[in-house]
Amino acid sequence: MMEVLASSAVTESVNSPGWFLVHSIGIGMGILGLVFFLGTAVGMVRFPDFYTRMHAAGKGDTLSTMLMLGGFGLVMMEDFSVGSWLLLIKILGIVLFIFITTPTSSHALIRAAFEDNEMPLGEKDLKKVRKHKSSSR
Amino acid sequence: MKEWFAIIMGASLLVLMIPILYRIIVGPTGFDRILGVNVIGTKTAVILVIIGTLFERVDMFVDFAIAYALLNFVGAIVVARYFNRTIPLKEMERKKPRRRAKA
Repeated sequence: MMEVLASSAVTESVNSPGWFLVHSIGIGMGILGLVFFLGTAVGMVRFPDFYTRMHAAGKGDTLSTMLMLGGFGLVMMEDFSVGSWLLLIKILGIVLFIFITTPTSSHALIRAAFEDNEMPLGEKDLKKVRKHKSSSR
Repeated sequence: MKEWFAIIMGASLLVLMIPILYRIIVGPTGFDRILGVNVIGTKTAVILVIIGTLFERVDMFVDFAIAYALLNFVGAIVVARYFNRTIPLKEMERKKPRRRAKA
């Protein structure tokens, strides 16, 4: 089995157009992940409330991490050897783990905040915030 | 090409971590701070894979990334449970039977 895999690795050269397509898909996924992480960063600074910040951080963080790790897993692939497959499967394992655990930890944090009497902003508070901002400008 | 992709991704990740560091330092409540720590810890797993690419030892650094993601998750859960316990015990005892009656 090892010999077959090694021979297939020799026949498929790294610079063939199929690998170029796979690598460009990986690079595109990485850049898309950066865009989502930019959304997370902007949301964590701009949003007025803990719950809205948690909304930005939970969603954008999960998706951007999954996209970046998947993109890196595709860029790492250079042949069909056993080590390369093992690397891709490990990276996909991290992706699966983060897909399960990041929403869980966001849920636990938001529940802890709610039981700690951290109330979300109502409409009156939002009007106060807007007045404060317009007067400070 | 692979090295340049890794370097640019790592540098932009570090630059984008600055606003989250701002939220950790300024954040009005403790939950904002622990949320920022959680986000940065998740991104550290990605940065570990990038560092592994640059050293050409990805198979080793991927294991570090798995361990770091696990510790990050455990840390977030522990902090959430800890803040949960700040409710006085009498209130918790009052809350529990009501929930059971609803369910």
